[in-house]
Amino acid sequence: MKTLNNFKKGIIKENPVLVLVLGTCPTLATSTSVMNALGMGVAATAVLLFSNMMISALRKVIPDRVRIPCYIVLIAGLVTAVQMIVKAYIPDLNRSLGIYLPLIVVNCIILGRAEMYASKNKVFDAAVDGLGMGVGFTLALFIMAAIREVFGNGTFFDMPIPVLCDNKITLLTMAPGGFLVFGLLIAAVNKFGTHKPQKKDFGCSGCPQADICHKKSCEDDKEAAVND
Amino acid sequence: MTKLIIILLSAVFINNYVLVKFLGICPFLGVSKKLNSAFGMSVAVIFVMLIATAVTWPIQMFLLEPNDMEYLQTIVFILVIAALVQLVEIILKKFIPSLHKSLGVYLPLITTNCAVLGVTILNIDEGYTFVEAMVNSLGSGLGFVLAMVMFSGVRSTMEGSDIPKSFRGLPITLIAAAITSLSFLGFGGVIENLFS
Repeated sequence: MKTLNNFKKGIIKENPVLVLVLGTCPTLATSTSVMNALGMGVAATAVLLFSNMMISALRKVIPDRVRIPCYIVLIAGLVTAVQMIVKAYIPDLNRSLGIYLPLIVVNCIILGRAEMYASKNKVFDAAVDGLGMGVGFTLALFIMAAIREVFGNGTFFDMPIPVLCDNKITLLTMAPGGFLVFGLLIAAVNKFGTHKPQKKDFGCSGCPQADICHKKSCEDDKEAAVND
Repeated sequence: MTKLIIILLSAVFINNYVLVKFLGICPFLGVSKKLNSAFGMSVAVIFVMLIATAVTWPIQMFLLEPNDMEYLQTIVFILVIAALVQLVEIILKKFIPSLHKSLGVYLPLITTNCAVLGVTILNIDEGYTFVEAMVNSLGSGLGFVLAMVMFSGVRSTMEGSDIPKSFRGLPITLIAAAITSLSFLGFGGVIENLFS
């Protein structure tokens, strides 16, 4: 039961994209078609699952002071592996994801989960958490991509939809459409979501830079930045 | 020379990193509330982008490619950028404390900024020469400044307006970003035709 809840929280209550608003760059960039979104989601999920497991397994070995660089190296290694697999077996996906595939390294979701969860929990729990968060990320990407592809291009998985493919709103597949659909989706989540964890509750400790920036909360940080 | 100008202008306007390529969205949404922090952050970004390109381009060309180790690109680049940011911070703190005071807060935040890693990888993918790569980084940085400064203006205007409850905060910011991004679509095709 506990495991199930642990898995479920990443999908709904703490959805990394729609509720915690992490990893916005790949969300906006790769949600132009459902195929790309699924590819990105699966690639990120694989990295997240393995990075969570490995970091959790090594949590007693990695010294506290240098943990962020260690995590980054581990994640970069995993991303490289995923990149090579995609290049070898799905070259089309590699071409359409382009630069966003190596950029999984700097995806806040992965470092954030490593820091927030994997470094404090057992391997199995960390794996479940990683999988849940990954599925949540993929699902959010899928919803966004479905809206953008169906209305922007009139297709779904590249299959034309009657009526809609003659009345495309091309703007939705372009850059502004990404911002627009994402904004509307978050507004919808705010409106209909029952539970609303604020980003503040998620805390600065979830931020990969918290260790370096020494501030208690991100609000302080902004104030300090302004006062300087 | 014309090619360099085209690279510079298209990096600033057509392929704007934030509004068109979606790189560096987190600082864009997070730090763009006040004009001076938006400006400080983006100056630090230009600075790091330039040094990162100056270091990663030679590494790729003279170290990774001759030894058939291109697959190490991601790991090497991210490590180099992280180390570089730390190094720059230490040097600034020691020798130019005034500059450190104004940029220092933003430097650590930039390590894991996708715009910096993005620009270094794109420079390699596009097959730019060293000078072209530097110009492209400068243009991308300037584009970042432009987007941040413009958008902080939009946000400060928005602060006083009456917004439906569920749109408050992030959603309306994103929708404003969509409109700002729309204005950048108008530049498409202008710059190539300027010089032909």
